[in-house]
Amino acid sequence: MTKQNFFLKYRTFTIFGCLAVLIIFAAIFAPLVTGGVDPTSGSIVEAMLPPGGEHIFGTDKMGRDIFTRVIYGARTSLTATFAVVVIVFMIGTAIGVVSGYFGGIIDAIFMRIADTMLAFPGLVLALAVAGVLGTSIRNAVLAVALVTWPKYARLARSLVLKIRDSDFVAAAVVTGSKTSHIIWKYMLPNALPTLIVTAATDIGSMMLELASLSFLGFGAVAPTPEWGLMLNEGRDYMQSVPWLMIFPGAAIFVTVVVFNMLGDSLRDILDPRSSEV
Amino acid sequence: MTPKRILYRIIQIITVLFGISFMTFLLMYIAPGNPAQSILLASGIMPTEEKVQNLMDLLGLNAPFMTQYIGWLENVLHGNLGVSYSLNKPVADLLLVRLWPTLRLTLFSMVLMVMISVPLGMLSAVYKDSWIDNLIRGYTFLGVSVPNFWVGLLIMLVFSVNLGILPVICSGGDFISMIGPSMTLAFAMSAKYTRQVRTVVLEELNQDYVVGARARGIKEWRILWCNVFPNSLLPLITMFGISVGSLLGGTAVVEVIFSYPGLGNLAVSAITSNDYNLIQGYVLWTALIYMMINLLVDISYNFIDPRMRLKR
Repeated sequence: MTKQNFFLKYRTFTIFGCLAVLIIFAAIFAPLVTGGVDPTSGSIVEAMLPPGGEHIFGTDKMGRDIFTRVIYGARTSLTATFAVVVIVFMIGTAIGVVSGYFGGIIDAIFMRIADTMLAFPGLVLALAVAGVLGTSIRNAVLAVALVTWPKYARLARSLVLKIRDSDFVAAAVVTGSKTSHIIWKYMLPNALPTLIVTAATDIGSMMLELASLSFLGFGAVAPTPEWGLMLNEGRDYMQSVPWLMIFPGAAIFVTVVVFNMLGDSLRDILDPRSSEV
Repeated sequence: MTPKRILYRIIQIITVLFGISFMTFLLMYIAPGNPAQSILLASGIMPTEEKVQNLMDLLGLNAPFMTQYIGWLENVLHGNLGVSYSLNKPVADLLLVRLWPTLRLTLFSMVLMVMISVPLGMLSAVYKDSWIDNLIRGYTFLGVSVPNFWVGLLIMLVFSVNLGILPVICSGGDFISMIGPSMTLAFAMSAKYTRQVRTVVLEELNQDYVVGARARGIKEWRILWCNVFPNSLLPLITMFGISVGSLLGGTAVVEVIFSYPGLGNLAVSAITSNDYNLIQGYVLWTALIYMMINLLVDISYNFIDPRMRLKR
């Protein structure tokens, strides 16, 4: 199958893949997109201008251009979200694979910790962690990662357990393969596809969790352009200046839709069984 | 659920509570924030090094970690959750006042959620791949992708600010003040739950007994409500219990938006002011509520599914 056929065959994936790339590019090339406007400074004379004219999304109470802040907000949001995904993916997979393969005391300890975390509403703990560690986007990332890794560890462990006792693994052990070799060449490749699909479908919800933390004031710190924080700042002017909360909210919504659709279509391609029903 | 199994679950709940309290306590121990400093600042005293140290001694914050934890634990077992630093009242009392509003909000949102999800999910499953199904799936997709605090703000903008039907500040805690917050919560939750209802009902519709019933000429609606629905109930109730978790997390955000006088709102202000005892209390209580609801869900299997009663 040629490359072109692949993209034509999975049209949803192609469309939303392109849109995701577009959002990522907008974030990376934010200065070009916004024409070099500084997202953190504005002139007070231009405060709370309605959308239109020079400021297509209007300006906020400090006279900052909302369009610029929304575009730069993509940087903050995407960086933080990808950081969470990478952290939980790596830590969860590592712990899960090791626990599953070796079993015994390591497994017992890690899985008891994971169970404790899973038996508990995640956002509640994330809230406490992010708040106690001190307000910053980095701590919000840590908090969300702390409550999300058990899911991945559990999943990776169950995938490893499924194949650990297969004949081909036994054959590898008998023929003298090193343990590290077995883990890297047999265990990991078997667990990865499912884990990647899970991570891809989780991007959207992690983005929402991070935005909620910022919205509550436990994430990004002003004047950082961040969508959740912008919504929080716009909340007080809801009646007179509704565009303060319309555009950042719409930005979160659109981004989450794009990444959710991308994740779902990726799952359909890599794991057709789960989407049959 | 045999009595033995219920006992096992209660022991499990206690273990999880221990684990959670230990983890949060450890976290606060290593956290950079200093409650003593916050207290001094809140009462308008310049927090000099000496004053901070004196207050920390007084609060027992200079003791080694395990001493602090065991001391706290001993108090908790006596029903004493300590005193809130920022509000200067017993934590247990503060939480108790806020418990009922949050519980009521959660229950009401759950009722709304079920009322929306079950009919929509079943419609979607019965008319699979039709325009109705596509419409409902579109709705569920919208629901899982939209941030709930944005929905809350939009509901407020439309119903409270523009139409003036609902109050802007829902601090009364009465029924009318519950409508906005619970609509917000139910919207997001019902989207997830509708999907699950659809999946479960679809699976059940593919069973052989449905084909058999159809072949015998039993009316479609009868099969649906008298056979398929009761059979789908078990997985649906399990998922219902699990979704309470995200509901409890969501209440914090929604309560802040609507200034609703619940636990979540209290917790957010506690976190902002480094009120460790209050945060601990909040985390423990939320964990307890969540696990108790799930225990009740498990016990309810006995009444719903006769097979469970026989399995002894």
